[in-house]
Amino acid sequence: MKILVCISKVPDTTTKISFTDNDTKFNEDKVQFIVNPYDEWYALVRGLELKEAQGGSVSILSVGGADYDPIIRKALAIGADDAIRINAEPKDAYYTASQIAAFAKDKGYDLILFGKETIDYNGAQVGGMVAELLDLPYVSIASKLEVSDGLARVERDVQAGKEVLEGKLPLVISCAKGMAEQRIPNMRGIMAARTKPLKVEEAAEVEALVGIEKYSLPPAKGDVKLIDPENAEELIDLLHNEAKVI
Amino acid sequence: MSVLVYVNAPEGKIAKAAYEAVYYASKIAEKEGGDVHVVTYGSVSDDSLAELGQYGASKVMVCRELSEENDQKLTAIVAAAREKCGAKVIVFSFDPSGKVVAPRLSAKLKAGLVSGATSVPEIDGARFSIRTNVFSGKAFATYQVETEIKIISLMPNSLKPEKSDKKAEVESLSPSLPEAGLKVVERKRQSGDGIPLPEAELVVSAGRGLKGPENWGIVEELAEALGAATACSRPVSDIGWRPHHEHVGQTGIAIRPNLYIAAGISGAIQHLAGVNNSKTIVVINTDPEAPFFKAADYGIVGDAFEVLPKLTEAVKKFKASN
Ligand SMILES: Cc1cc2nc3c(=O)[nH]c(=O)nc-3n(C[C@H](O)[C@H](O)[C@H](O)COP(=O)(O)OP(=O)(O)OC[C@H]3O[C@@H](n4cnc5c(N)ncnc54)[C@H](O)[C@@H]3O)c2cc1C
Ligand SMILES: Nc1ncnc2c1ncn2[C@@H]1O[C@H](COP(=O)(O)O)[C@@H](O)[C@H]1O
Repeated sequence: MKILVCISKVPDTTTKISFTDNDTKFNEDKVQFIVNPYDEWYALVRGLELKEAQGGSVSILSVGGADYDPIIRKALAIGADDAIRINAEPKDAYYTASQIAAFAKDKGYDLILFGKETIDYNGAQVGGMVAELLDLPYVSIASKLEVSDGLARVERDVQAGKEVLEGKLPLVISCAKGMAEQRIPNMRGIMAARTKPLKVEEAAEVEALVGIEKYSLPPAKGDVKLIDPENAEELIDLLHNEAKVI
Repeated sequence: MSVLVYVNAPEGKIAKAAYEAVYYASKIAEKEGGDVHVVTYGSVSDDSLAELGQYGASKVMVCRELSEENDQKLTAIVAAAREKCGAKVIVFSFDPSGKVVAPRLSAKLKAGLVSGATSVPEIDGARFSIRTNVFSGKAFATYQVETEIKIISLMPNSLKPEKSDKKAEVESLSPSLPEAGLKVVERKRQSGDGIPLPEAELVVSAGRGLKGPENWGIVEELAEALGAATACSRPVSDIGWRPHHEHVGQTGIAIRPNLYIAAGISGAIQHLAGVNNSKTIVVINTDPEAPFFKAADYGIVGDAFEVLPKLTEAVKKFKASN
């Protein structure tokens, strides 16, 4: 099975958020970047498990500048075979998806795996766009994936619970909790990752459809109002009369 | 400008988030003068569809031939409805169904998509900008959509619809549908018939401070008294004290209820990422230094085992006298 896993780079959740250039750019200074957890924990690890059980290959694909290389190496250390970086700023979801689709179009991947969404902008867009651009079926928020004889069985979240879908490969799938368990790279993996192939490719000519005009920070939260544990009724009164939520 | 709304009605029932999306669309349509059209599918009754008029829809197009939530077919029906009504703005709910169809449609129409909108767009000539929450609720971003057709996914619980007594006209839509690559072979309904967490306006949540699954009775009792849904922190669902669909936070679901009550949860940043857009946060924790107090509006430094039952009593008393 030939598997492509698309990974993105996000700031660690504990990052202090600030902006530069008149609040039009995210300030990356001193920010610790990680592989988007959904991409790493669920998409990549499930891809690796399928390869280990059935043979094949797992390739990593990122759209980004050289600043992506450390997170790509991390994915290689966890066990991917090789990686491709499309050398371009990921301007918006459509731009990123178009790059991925242009690359994957004639490569014969059986599965193209994504994370459910990035944890910084929470777009949940790129996977579905790639599916449309390649005219393939798309399962989003998948929590289980089994493949046998070219037929995939995927469980996904829907409004009222879960649904199990069946379809022939190739498929595009966005992965969420339940798919797999996080893997910590070991020393051997980290050493091996240094020499695994990381190919850099030129970007296709594509226009972005949306842009970020400016950022802002929410107003500082006022101090918490403490209520005596013996005085439950006071809290209910405040929730009714002050907060007006009940 | 005319606006088209995609309404998902699984098993014939319209979700609360869909009413919000229709109302939101009417707020956009109002700005420049225009109608709200709805596209939906499946077995939902004509009467329920006509009621979408109360939220601002003037016309509802329903594709009866389609009964499954299929990504490729749904994209085709929304595109056909768009073609028919000429809408320049298409609204989805940012829920599992919207997350499948909106990106596909965006790529198909080359129409810019903004996910998780929390307020009505600002429209000024060619400028069309929409604000969303980013970086786990730690900041806002204002997006500018550059394309002629614009797609917005609305974050559930972002606005409270007001109803009128209008009725929408219902007509059928029968576009040619593509082959489905995927087939539904099994449906698993969420156990229990309580309020689905993403839609809940009131949520009572608990964490490892509750010590064990056998102690959740006091959490459920408060939730029941309030008419709230229940949620939990990640370790609690990981060790199986509570079902996975209750897990909120960065790796679970993100919610924005009017009231979030958290008992025995420390308030780690990954937990806050899923809840800090709640309108009002109440924290109950024995440790006055628990980080959650910094994100809270109201706090009780105390033992959840004593405080929760007292709150339940107080809520019952309040309900009886109101
Ligand atoms: C990448 C990543 C993603 C994560 N994603 C999530 C996520 O999505 N959601 C999530 O919740 N977590 C997530 N976590 C875990 C998170 O960091 C915390 O470990 C977790 O939220 C802690 O859960 P807790 O507050 O229930 O438990 P604890 O941290 O153990 O806190 C228990 C709290 O209960 C209090 N307490 C104890 N006894 C009582 C009592 N009798 N009455 C009242 N209070 C009491 C204690 O003072 C303490 O504050 C993630 C972590 C990582 C690294
Ligand atoms: N720059 C990128 N390069 C490769 N894959 C990406 C990139 N950005 C996003 N993705 C993938 O698309 C998924 C959804 O991202 P988003 O639509 O931005 O929430 C992520 O979980 C990744 O799997």
